Amino acid sequence: MEQATPIISFKGVNKVYNNGTVGLKDISFDIPRGQFLVVVGLSGAGKSTLLRTINRMHEITSGEITVEDEAIGDYKGKALRLLRRKIGMIFQGFNLINRSSVEKNVLSGRVSYYATWKTILGLFSKADKEKAVHALERVNLVEKLYTRADELSGGQQQRVAIARTLMQDPKIILADEPVASLDPLTTKTVMDTLKRLNQEDGITVIVNLHSVALAREYADRIIGLRAGQLVYDQPIAKVTVDDLDQIYQAEGEKA
Amino acid sequence: MSTPTIPRRSWTQRYHVKGIGWTVLLLVLLVASAQMTGVNVGMFFSNLGQFTNLLVRMSNPAWDYTAVIIQPLLETIQMAILGTTIGAAFAIPFAVLSASNLIHNRWLRGLTRLFLDLVRTLPDLLLAAIFVAIFGIGSTAGVITLAIFSFGMVSKLFYEVIETIDMGPLEALESVGATKITIIWYAVLPQILNQFVSYFLYTLEINVRASTVLGYLGAGGIGVFLQRSLNEFNYNQTAVIILATLVVVLVIDGVSNHLRRVLL
Ligand SMILES: Nc1ncnc2c1ncn2[C@@H]1O[C@H](COP(=O)(O)OP(=O)(O)OP(=O)(O)O)[C@@H](O)[C@H]1O
Ligand SMILES: [Mg+2]
Repeated sequence: MEQATPIISFKGVNKVYNNGTVGLKDISFDIPRGQFLVVVGLSGAGKSTLLRTINRMHEITSGEITVEDEAIGDYKGKALRLLRRKIGMIFQGFNLINRSSVEKNVLSGRVSYYATWKTILGLFSKADKEKAVHALERVNLVEKLYTRADELSGGQQQRVAIARTLMQDPKIILADEPVASLDPLTTKTVMDTLKRLNQEDGITVIVNLHSVALAREYADRIIGLRAGQLVYDQPIAKVTVDDLDQIYQAEGEKA
Repeated sequence: MSTPTIPRRSWTQRYHVKGIGWTVLLLVLLVASAQMTGVNVGMFFSNLGQFTNLLVRMSNPAWDYTAVIIQPLLETIQMAILGTTIGAAFAIPFAVLSASNLIHNRWLRGLTRLFLDLVRTLPDLLLAAIFVAIFGIGSTAGVITLAIFSFGMVSKLFYEVIETIDMGPLEALESVGATKITIIWYAVLPQILNQFVSYFLYTLEINVRASTVLGYLGAGGIGVFLQRSLNEFNYNQTAVIILATLVVVLVIDGVSNHLRRVLL
């Protein structure tokens, strides 16, 4: 796995927020294609920041990020939208359009394949409507096709969000604490779904997690952040409980 | 465990200097403006007799006049609907351009808002007078006046609604690679539609009332008849017009209340 070509590469990346807060500090590492990478670290360590620099939802201050061997820093307009199209994103708060149906939410993951006017008129092809049903099948929610999104439970909403992401045909999925607001059982369904997409479709998955147990259960590799710095990076075979405890501990002592 | 260090509040924060200052300033301004404009509360009560006199003269409505005013009353409603619709339609893009959570360009937002402020400053009576002068006496002038009046009001109400929406869905659509317009259509519109309709109906209600006054300046509708009856001291006709307008306003109020309940 280590030999695979990197799909994402960080080279000396720094991010300072406008108010002076350091988000990321001199981050360099590669993510091989098809990896299930888990990012751990305390609240405020920079996990969300790291994730959002990959699809340019956040700009970096210096350094370079490449996705499929192309530097993404200068992307604008269409090029940026095409980058985002191949990178799915899952959020802690699901971010569904509450008042709209599950079908519309799922189809909204496909809009970047259409001209703007077609998305406004809702002119999705028959193939894509079938694709939406298929995506819902994969997260076991077909029966909710016409339900309003806000009538679903949290776990169901997160699975709809995953189905929406599948509509993008993503090569990468970024998930920012996707299970933070879910109960243990639902957590397992959501994490299993991500793992399946990783293994069956070869999608590279990067997940921010707070739970060390979950990280060890699902990750191929774990990286740790602390105050914006990469302080830990090991394949799962070499990860020990002590290591992870330390990532959390050290910050605690500092505070 | 060490005791937590609580951040210190500044002197102004601690004694609520700002809040107290503003309250005092407002009170001073209130008293001063009452003095300067010469508002005389006593006069209101001493002249109440004239008001009663007017009421007595209106107390015998000429019911057969109802047939005459149905047509202009309908015209008034049509004017209000048309004016509100045109105004609200134009308000949507301007509301989007004014919303700080959608438009990050401060200049664009500032200019749009300045323009809207200007529009709102224009008194509707002045607008009516101008458009009657341009288009002549009739409902065209009224519709245009109401459209501009609604535009100014609705665009402000609309952008304030937009600024309260949940930004999560927008973030999601942005991450999908959607264009700005698609994002607005998919993630903003469903969140604001109900409140838009509600404000539209509210504006419509106001416009029905306003258009009776506008008619006074010759801008069509029931106001023309209101003015005529007053000029001719036909207070019994005036009474019918006022009652009929009241019925219309009540009906619209009821309909819009019902629609709002269904929608929200
Ligand atoms: N928009 C912003 N402006 C300024 N500072 C920010 C902004 N977003 C995040 N930060 C700061 O950057 C640092 C890293 O934040 P980030 O959200 O990446 O942390 P995190 O590891 O995701 O935390 P959590 O586990 O709580 O989600 C924090 O100190 C945070 O306060
Ligand atoms: Mg975070």
